[in-house]
Amino acid sequence: MWAYRLLLHLYPAPLRDAHGDELVALLRHDLAQASGPRRVWIVLAAIVDAVKNAFLAHVEMTGHDVADTWRTARRSPGYAWGVVLVTALGVGAATASFSLADHVLVRPLPFAEPDRLVKLWQDQSSRGYSRMELSPANYDDWKRQSRSFTSMASFSTQSVNVITASGPQRLSGAVVNASLFDTLGVGAAMGRTLLADDDRDAATPVAVLSDHLWRASFGASPDVLGTTLSLSGTAYVVVGVMPPGFEYPTRTVDLWMPLRVTPADYADRTNVYLQVVARLAPGVTIEQARADLGAVAAGLARAYPKENDRTGATVIWLRDEVTRQSRTMLLALVGASAAVLLIACANLASLLLARAVARQRELAVRLAMGARPRRLARQVLTESVTLSTFGGAAGAALAIWIVPVAAALVPTTLPIAEAPAADLRMLGLALLAAIGTGVGFGLVPAWRVARTPTGGELRHGARVFGARSTERLRGLFVAGEVAVAMVLLVTVGLFLKALWQVRDIEPGFEPAGVLTVRTTLPLPKYETVASREQFYRRVMDDIRALPGVERVAYTSFLPMVMGGGIWPVLDGRTTVPEDARFASVRFVTPGYFEAMRIPQVRGRDVADTDRQDTQAVAVVSRSFADLYWPNEDPLGRSFTIALQPRVVVGVVGDVKVRGLERVSEPQVYMPATQMRDGGLVFYVPQDLVVRVATAPATLVPAVRAAVQKADPEQPMSDVRLMTDVVDRQTASRSTQVSALLAFAGVAVVLAFLGIHSLLAYVVAARTQEIGVRMALGATRTGVLALVWKRSAQLTLAGAVVGLGAAWAASRSFQALLAGISAADVTTYGVAAALAVSIGFAGSLVPAWRAMRVDPVAAMRDE
Amino acid sequence: MATVTTDDPTPETLLPLPPATLHILLAVADVDRHGYAIIQEVAARTGGEVRLSAGTLYRSIQRMVELDLIEETDQRPAAGDDDERRRYYRITPFGRDVACAEVERLQSLVNLARTCGLAPRRV
Repeated sequence: MWAYRLLLHLYPAPLRDAHGDELVALLRHDLAQASGPRRVWIVLAAIVDAVKNAFLAHVEMTGHDVADTWRTARRSPGYAWGVVLVTALGVGAATASFSLADHVLVRPLPFAEPDRLVKLWQDQSSRGYSRMELSPANYDDWKRQSRSFTSMASFSTQSVNVITASGPQRLSGAVVNASLFDTLGVGAAMGRTLLADDDRDAATPVAVLSDHLWRASFGASPDVLGTTLSLSGTAYVVVGVMPPGFEYPTRTVDLWMPLRVTPADYADRTNVYLQVVARLAPGVTIEQARADLGAVAAGLARAYPKENDRTGATVIWLRDEVTRQSRTMLLALVGASAAVLLIACANLASLLLARAVARQRELAVRLAMGARPRRLARQVLTESVTLSTFGGAAGAALAIWIVPVAAALVPTTLPIAEAPAADLRMLGLALLAAIGTGVGFGLVPAWRVARTPTGGELRHGARVFGARSTERLRGLFVAGEVAVAMVLLVTVGLFLKALWQVRDIEPGFEPAGVLTVRTTLPLPKYETVASREQFYRRVMDDIRALPGVERVAYTSFLPMVMGGGIWPVLDGRTTVPEDARFASVRFVTPGYFEAMRIPQVRGRDVADTDRQDTQAVAVVSRSFADLYWPNEDPLGRSFTIALQPRVVVGVVGDVKVRGLERVSEPQVYMPATQMRDGGLVFYVPQDLVVRVATAPATLVPAVRAAVQKADPEQPMSDVRLMTDVVDRQTASRSTQVSALLAFAGVAVVLAFLGIHSLLAYVVAARTQEIGVRMALGATRTGVLALVWKRSAQLTLAGAVVGLGAAWAASRSFQALLAGISAADVTTYGVAAALAVSIGFAGSLVPAWRAMRVDPVAAMRDE
Repeated sequence: MATVTTDDPTPETLLPLPPATLHILLAVADVDRHGYAIIQEVAARTGGEVRLSAGTLYRSIQRMVELDLIEETDQRPAAGDDDERRRYYRITPFGRDVACAEVERLQSLVNLARTCGLAPRRV
């Protein structure tokens, strides 16, 4: 029978308390009247009966309580909306940023055993590059000599032109070792991946398509296998299609081709262009791999002191291929959303406490009328859980909406989808957080109700639990909310200032009014300088004739789009330290500086008269001239770069080649006409720059027509305004500031609500006290002072704590502040002023109500 | 001023009644009964066709008390017939209204069925 009593615990407590004994007595009675196997049957039936009815009783009771909650919510919609809104904001903000951070920082990469995948780089920290690509010869030596990896693969990106039904198109491809697919542990969805034999020079060129290219350009036809594609003039046989979601090495990769290394590439160990991914051998730690590769690199540095001097090895997890900036930005966001969640929870707790105090009379009456304490407790709990579940659902919807907006924070260096989809785990998290909040903060009032002794409390004015202690607790919560809001305000203030600071950085050129497009010329079709000359001239002549066009020019790469292309400077001043002797190299056509409005400081531009058979010349940036020939005339001086001696014929302003926030090497510009046939093909001018007086975007069709006319097979890609290129520099900062602003806004609203509701509650609870004071001669100003004093106490306490916390927090992201001090006085001042304003605004209505208290009416109520 | 109870329901808002609820109302309509007596009464009235399980009975009773359909009574039978642990229930005026409303609902349903030729004619 004790087992049956235990089983009865499945029932809701009120039912068990009321009828448990009778249920036991009934079973006992039935058993006494039966014998033999019939008794077993009765016991089994009783068990089934108890389980079934306990479940139904819970469902009924909860349904009843939810309906009751709905009725209560309709009677006091302010409270219900408050709980739902506060929960939604907290849960929504937290869920969105947590899932974003989880997507970028935590979730495993979509490869087999991703925790064994590492990225390998050459380490030339002494020159400021800890992550440099490898030369083919160094890669081969690393692969042969290292012992820590089961497989290793190198690759490089290489885009190709293809003629499709809709005209010429530019595809972004990757040339890779066949071992790349084994290293990542991903096979083809259809056909095969690359084989080791495909790497050989004599093999038929083959290509593996990405899922999206296969769908977009081949209508997902299985017949694509075995067909031939003309890629930049070379015939490739399609041998496979990769599964959807395989996006390596870049998110936009369309196809993979075998990596072929020419003997000339092998010969030059400074010709670095290979990225390397490797899989750690089982049981090998990343530290062991670092030591292993470090030793290999040291050996190579001794063997090839000229090329490999001070060149070490960097081994990082593939997962960690996120810049420190992206990581800190995401963590700052997570911190901000955690702060919002914290404020939301404090606000909820405060709301529920106030609710409990407000309802105590009602609950006492119901107790006195025979309601059971545990039944009431359950009802109170159901109410808070129901409301916060609604809030949680709204929060989940909010999160689903926020996540794509914040997706700009996902770094492009990771082989993962750009925007994390709103998935079930995220929704589960939101729901858990919501119900947890409801249970957590509903439990205290519910527990206090359950402990309330019945009877007696109906006496007028009696309190079931202490209003004063509740008020103190709520005061603590509210001060906490102000403090956290302060931290957010300071943070967003600092980031906003940093954003402005970065936007104010001069790029060194005038981006407004410049349209740019890319026409990457295929080889060997355009191997000779003369053939390219002809193409450039046709395109530029046609565009120059268009109305509104002021200047047209070609360059190897736009600034900020490609930061690399760095060469050592030889024969320069020996006083310049070797580590500083690097410059970024670009080949341009005449008029590039004017098109970009890069100021010409001295000498001349490159010119059509600079030919193969004339003196090799260069235009250098001011910092280049200042470095090698300080206080001297740089014109006419010579130096060697990119395998050729050059004479300086002009000096131009410096440009932020590597981006607004990075240090750029000095720049060297050389005439496109003085390239060698088939040489330095990486630098073949491909970016067309058009400066126009009218709206640049309207020119695109005409530019496309000009390119088509010059070469009908030549695609045009990367159409963009130079202003967009510069704006992209601050895109992730802008997104982050917007996100932080939203969080800070929510925090301010919540803190305002917190102060307002607490003071409104205090004024309502003390109406009689205020009435007495006024009857005893207190003036309205005195009453006002009383309310404001309380408001000021809460705000100041919160603000002081918040300032300290903000300072501690902002020091952790000092590196992101673009030179703004983490202790920036203006920002802290504005934040403090805002906090005081929140306190003042929150106290306005309660203060007004307090002043209007009628002493006579207040005392009559008593 | 806080409201003491939830909005008072009308009999119609509770219809249709679960069969167990109607049977219990009928069993306590004329005389106060305890739980076991209700089970026996229902079985007797239906010729053994409806046998309320203990769980169904007390779950229903709990809800019916909350809805004010029945109430516990302090009046107990003569000392000899009584078991102290037993609770006795009686129908409330509201419970009576609800039972009447339900019977009316069933009646009109039967009438409707009859006009469609789906119910046996009264003999």
